Amino acid sequence: MNPLEHLDPAIVKAARVLGLFALLGMGTVGVFHAMTAGRIAANERAILLHSLQALVPAERCDNDMLTDRLEIFDPEALGSRQEVPVYRARKSGEPVAAVFASVAPDGYNGDIKLLVAINADGSLAGVRVVGHKETPGLGDGVEASRSNWIHRFTGLSLSDPAEAQWKVRRDGGRFDQFAGATITPRAVVKAVYKTLLYFRAHREALFTEPAIETEEAP
Amino acid sequence: MTPEYRKIAHNGLWKNNQALVALLGMCPLMAVSNTVINALGLGLATTATLVASNALISAIREQVSDEVRLPVFVLVIAAIVTVVELTMNAFLHELYLILGIFIPLIVTNCSIIGRAEAFAAKNPVKQSAADGLFMGLGFTLVLVVLGAMREGLGTGAVFAHAELMFGDYAKTWAITLFDDYEGFLLAVLPPGAFIGLGFIIAGKNLIDGWLARRKKAGIAMMSMTRHTAPTG
Repeated sequence: MNPLEHLDPAIVKAARVLGLFALLGMGTVGVFHAMTAGRIAANERAILLHSLQALVPAERCDNDMLTDRLEIFDPEALGSRQEVPVYRARKSGEPVAAVFASVAPDGYNGDIKLLVAINADGSLAGVRVVGHKETPGLGDGVEASRSNWIHRFTGLSLSDPAEAQWKVRRDGGRFDQFAGATITPRAVVKAVYKTLLYFRAHREALFTEPAIETEEAP
Repeated sequence: MTPEYRKIAHNGLWKNNQALVALLGMCPLMAVSNTVINALGLGLATTATLVASNALISAIREQVSDEVRLPVFVLVIAAIVTVVELTMNAFLHELYLILGIFIPLIVTNCSIIGRAEAFAAKNPVKQSAADGLFMGLGFTLVLVVLGAMREGLGTGAVFAHAELMFGDYAKTWAITLFDDYEGFLLAVLPPGAFIGLGFIIAGKNLIDGWLARRKKAGIAMMSMTRHTAPTG
């Protein structure tokens, strides 16, 4: 017998309508997802590639940095409780640079996401802030579009300045803070310094380790 | 425009403006009105959602019984917002990255379910779509005015980063209002949004008061003219 028989027909009808709309809604979203997924993935790759090439220009390497990628889990050194992608640049198979998506976890307002590009010789090819929630007008001077501060890192290494000098001026180091904002630059300097230390300790493995398999089609 | 649609337009843009009178959707209004382009992007996304949700909900209003009306409306709105989000992610990717969480949060903008309940559930499709359009445009207008105030006062320029929305040829659209401007941080920070919105609401009330006085004076004048000869 029909188990729905004893129910109020109005309830059964309402449930049917609700179920129908749930299916329709899911179907619509599914269709749009399928239609846009490829384009969205391409957008994300293009944005990432653009920011990587700002640090390691295309003419310096001949591999696909996006796929020549490692994922490293080291919250202490790289600042993130998740795996941090490392993109490797090579020319004719020789290591050119490694770009770490490090995180400065102690910003004024949460994580500051960085890209730290380190040349094979251990000097910095450049640093960029790719995401942060610092105070507009004060801490956001770390953005390349707001001030030149972040460009100061280019060419520096663990020997220039000396390791003890990898601090903001207020802490006795070599890096300027901003008027009204010390915490943000301090966090960035610390994260860059820690990434350099990680690179020095793992330089060999960083370039010899095989790239991880990517699911996304290029 | 027929009087019916004129009334809908007047309601959406002015009399029952979602941001200034109904005070709905405050959270995105405050958060995203820091530049004109951000404001315009979120405003248009909200408008698209409102038109689609009002039209769809009006189309299904006969089939949906009262008991399940609200869950069905929420389902429809959630599906539409997800579609808008995916579309923006695919075609306006950089703007999407800036607006971030506020695109999916359009679903929680009370003015959308509010218009569904107050208008679309009781009116035919065409009128409901028009209501969605004008309510959305009214919201967008306030967002853009507030965005222009905050961006202009805060950074001394407006229309910066127009290329995020209109493509590379819009890179030159930025208008510098004051040269060598130091910036006024308060305008860009959240309090600037509250203060700015306060001024806009005060401005609307001033205009409304002035219109009401003029109308009253007009009526008084008319009743006088019945007894006195018009002088021109």
